Amino acid sequence: MPYRLNINGVSHEVNVPSEMPLLWVLRDELGLVGTKFGCGKGLCGACTVHVDGAAQRSCQLPVGRVGHAKIHTIEHIGATAIGERLQQAWLQIDVMQCGYCQAGQIMSACALLGKTPKPDTEQLHAAMAGNICRCGCYNRIRSAIRIAAGMATPAQESGRVA
Amino acid sequence: MLHDSQGVSLERRTVLKASLLAGGGLALEALIPIPVRALGAGVRQGSARAELSAFVLIAPDGVVTIMAKNPEIGQGVKTSLPMMVADELDCEWSQVRITQADVDEKRYGRQAAGGSTATPTNWLPMRQTGAAARAMLLEAAAAKWGVSSAELTTAKGRIFHSASGRSAGYGEVASAAARLTPPDLESVRLKDPAQFTIIGRPTVGVDSAGIVKGKPVFGIDTRLPGMLYAIYQVAPAHGGRLVKADTEAVKRLPGIKHVLPIRGDGDPDQGLADGVAIVASNWWLANQARSQLVIEWDLSAAQGHSTSVYRAKADAAIASGPGADLRRDGDAAGKLATAARRLSARYDYPFIAHAPMEPQNCTACYRDGRLEVWAPTQNPKEGLTSLEKSLGIAPDKVTLHLRRAGGGFGRRLLNDYMVQVAAIAKAIPGVPVQLLWSREDDIRRDYFRPGGWHNFEAGLDAKGNLIAFTDHFVTFGDGKTTARAANFNLALPPAGLIEDLHFTQTMLPTVITTGWLRAPASNALSFVSQSFLDEVAIAAGTDLPGLMLALLGERREIPAPDNRSAFDTGRARDVIEKVVQTSSWSHKPGESARAKGFAFYFSHRGYFAEVVDASVSASEVLVHKVWVAADVGSQIVNPMGAENQVRGAVIDGLAQALTGQAIEFVDGAVQQSNFDDFPLARIPMAPEIDIAWIRSDKPPTGLGEPALPPVIPALTNAIFAATGTRIRSLPVRLQTA
Repeated sequence: MPYRLNINGVSHEVNVPSEMPLLWVLRDELGLVGTKFGCGKGLCGACTVHVDGAAQRSCQLPVGRVGHAKIHTIEHIGATAIGERLQQAWLQIDVMQCGYCQAGQIMSACALLGKTPKPDTEQLHAAMAGNICRCGCYNRIRSAIRIAAGMATPAQESGRVA
Repeated sequence: MLHDSQGVSLERRTVLKASLLAGGGLALEALIPIPVRALGAGVRQGSARAELSAFVLIAPDGVVTIMAKNPEIGQGVKTSLPMMVADELDCEWSQVRITQADVDEKRYGRQAAGGSTATPTNWLPMRQTGAAARAMLLEAAAAKWGVSSAELTTAKGRIFHSASGRSAGYGEVASAAARLTPPDLESVRLKDPAQFTIIGRPTVGVDSAGIVKGKPVFGIDTRLPGMLYAIYQVAPAHGGRLVKADTEAVKRLPGIKHVLPIRGDGDPDQGLADGVAIVASNWWLANQARSQLVIEWDLSAAQGHSTSVYRAKADAAIASGPGADLRRDGDAAGKLATAARRLSARYDYPFIAHAPMEPQNCTACYRDGRLEVWAPTQNPKEGLTSLEKSLGIAPDKVTLHLRRAGGGFGRRLLNDYMVQVAAIAKAIPGVPVQLLWSREDDIRRDYFRPGGWHNFEAGLDAKGNLIAFTDHFVTFGDGKTTARAANFNLALPPAGLIEDLHFTQTMLPTVITTGWLRAPASNALSFVSQSFLDEVAIAAGTDLPGLMLALLGERREIPAPDNRSAFDTGRARDVIEKVVQTSSWSHKPGESARAKGFAFYFSHRGYFAEVVDASVSASEVLVHKVWVAADVGSQIVNPMGAENQVRGAVIDGLAQALTGQAIEFVDGAVQQSNFDDFPLARIPMAPEIDIAWIRSDKPPTGLGEPALPPVIPALTNAIFAATGTRIRSLPVRLQTA
């Protein structure tokens, strides 16, 4: 089936079965490999993208249901103010170890701060609990979100990072 | 240029001598000489960059390229090893670019990520490499200016002659330097650590900036023109063999390019497992097509390889008395017979999977008798060995590119995925193909941390001193050797610290593939031994830090019985005393539902003492805070990465205990498959983690593993202190009403 998709502000045409999850359209049809495959069952959050601004697991979203929704991926998120702040915060305290899950983490964090600019710990945990980091970088993920939200500075968080 | 034969011996001598100068304490065989070609200088053909060694290239504009030799799996070596080179080169980190080296052990030395060995084995060679390049730059500048190199100094990538006021950037003399004979490493002077400008400074990982933008840095991100995507369907049970496959229905499905039944070499552990490959234009199409495969498997070898059967066999082995001798000191049985007080307890832990976030994958193209591979592997050399053994592709016919791995934890020390993709690529010459496992493949076809059972006995004298200790370990193996990572640790405390001790072992055969999981053996032995010693301490009227300090006694080195690193009781004392202080340790079992637990463990040359503060309710264990005291030597190379390794290890250990991780088998078939039934830690679980480094005068050692082992018994000891319930089996299962 031919589909016209709006991804990162660019129109793409693909010809794939309607049940193919968006993840595999992004990765194997369009070469947008920043969005990661982790579980294929919506359990780990590595494949998180924004669908009209909301965080969604792209491994659970059939391309036939995307319609005219605006899709944003990690490749584009730095073009938004929140996304850029998150990327900077992520680097200021070097959140990651292997880094594989971080695209999904940043996409979830970006959706969180879009809705809740100053999340408390409970809100932060609720928004981020769907994203697994096998390396266990959770302390720094919390810190980086707080830094990006203007709730802390890298110096304040430095006792926790380095 | 040096000749190979002279060079190797020269370098080996140099490295060994340098290690002794630096304080010794490392097993000599752990230090690997820089390969001679690493010292070979010469301007690379067709390149503007001057190649001062295999590791250091300098462009005319002063940009320094440093080759990262080892696989990067999240442990940070792609950053930390080049930091060592750059510091001794005396340039600025901002002028450095890092390039991942392809696999070429003749050129780069050992290229592997395992055993927390990168720091101790590369600490001197990488610094010497940087210092040698600096010496060549100085010599070139000295010749240019007609002065003695002894009159020159360097800073931030520039050379200065203070007498004449002249200076030059490294890029200005690099091409001349590359034509010089590399210096004898014995003559290369290393910095006083007080002069380090890069080592010891928190440094952001070299791939981090790309990762936050979604740049293609991982194995799974490899994309080649015309590349196809593959799955590899293996038997539903370990040890299964392919009888026949009907592939016709699958071949007709959209996007499917090839369906390839593949006979393995009968060695699914080391070689190529039987399977059916589906190759498609899109991975999802290949994966969807699996359900249409009609395959007949011979699963007879897997019969009886079930968790319940293993448990019953372990029970029987323990009931029948001690196993085969592993270590016998003095007369433990005699001392037990006359002890004023005896304790005994049985402990066990399950098989668990590695579950790195990036599922196993590998990309390959076979063309004109040559294989090119892009691999997220921890152990590329073993991959080359397997390719030759299973497929007859000689190592000199393989080009192996290292790709960043989305987590390793020991899983990628085995290269089964590499052999599989090579078998597929060989069947479709000229076509690049990426094999990607589903999460279910990844969980079920892991090389699991093997489960095990321990039957402990301890004897106390009338004063409460530990006078006898025994353990009967039931593990997996063929009767002669244990299965991979199913081994014991002959130096497991209190071994070497008391006179009468007896370790024995029984092996159960298994068809399940087992392997090294972060801190292999230690991740389980720490739990059982430090938990049982906590029981001993309480019976003796003390607490575990008190018991451990009493057992450790005076500061001394105890040689290991099996060529492992010697055990320094002084360093152990220091971390124990430190964490007692930082955690404001107090031990009042049974007083409150919130309590602290302690544990100590020595592994991978690192000394770690940890305290967990946890509270326990009917349904939940909540970890509030963890304190870590660590001694990994005189220098933390990159504190940014080092602290992440410790925090990650702590959270990893907590997850092993608290999320319910257990892999179970029914007739060789793995019952778990994904993160719903094999859970990992999630963000609410992550406690505050306090780290105190003790800077001993020993050479720096690795951090990928040794922080993990103590956290599990520290947690279970805290659960005992909070509830009075002793956790003797992992994962922790709370008694709920």
